[in-house]
Amino acid sequence: MVPTSHYLILGAILFAIGSFGVIFRRNAITMFMCVEIMLNAVNLTLVAYSRSFNQVDGQIFVIFVMVVAAAEAAVGLALIVLLNKRRGTLDVDQIDTMRW
Amino acid sequence: MELVVFYLFAALAVVTALVVVFVQRAVYGALSLIVCFAAIAGLFVQMEAKFLGAIQIIVYAGAIMVLFLFVIMLLDPQKEIFVGRKPALLIYASPLVIFFGYVLLRALLDAPQPAQGSLAERGAIREVAHALFQDYLLPFELTGILILVAVLGAMVLTKRRPAETE
Repeated sequence: MVPTSHYLILGAILFAIGSFGVIFRRNAITMFMCVEIMLNAVNLTLVAYSRSFNQVDGQIFVIFVMVVAAAEAAVGLALIVLLNKRRGTLDVDQIDTMRW
Repeated sequence: MELVVFYLFAALAVVTALVVVFVQRAVYGALSLIVCFAAIAGLFVQMEAKFLGAIQIIVYAGAIMVLFLFVIMLLDPQKEIFVGRKPALLIYASPLVIFFGYVLLRALLDAPQPAQGSLAERGAIREVAHALFQDYLLPFELTGILILVAVLGAMVLTKRRPAETE
């Protein structure tokens, strides 16, 4: 059996990669995909702890995270389509109306 | 043997995640992300979360990524809307993320880790179903409403308004 720490380390690495992508990339869709990587890293950690504690609750949380991720993807991508229609760009640095 | 499978899936997940971050075109990133999700699904199955492995493939690698690809194809890539990276941000992002990753690693590894049991013996999918439809029934129903709101929101947002001017 693979020790739990292995999965935790992988989860941390994937989360770090995802957060790096969110900071580094300026394309709204790519940033979105990096957020999905971060969500998956958290899911991996939850399942690893679920196995480690021998309780199924962690897996239930993963199901809820997936549902919320699906809802978030639907609304977020609708926003991106709308943004592209209005501004003609997906560069988040150019969309700065609400920034001070 | 199990460890070999773990390293195989882990390496696949990390490499494809890096491709998502560094590749210039969003389409390749999305395709790479599907492989990343599939690798994570493999890890779920390895951790005896077989139901989640199936859901990961069907919902994540299937539905959500198809949505992503749809939107990427919908937006015209010829129009140079797919802006790339900002090298200056690399200087700020790298130390920040390395430090953050280190803190995360320490926090996860220092957390108490009880002796490992096995959910598989008791039939993990049955356990998941019992927990989901008995202990977590109310949150489960609420997520249905959440999905409904999200669908309506996406429809309202992208609806064409006749009176609207650019």
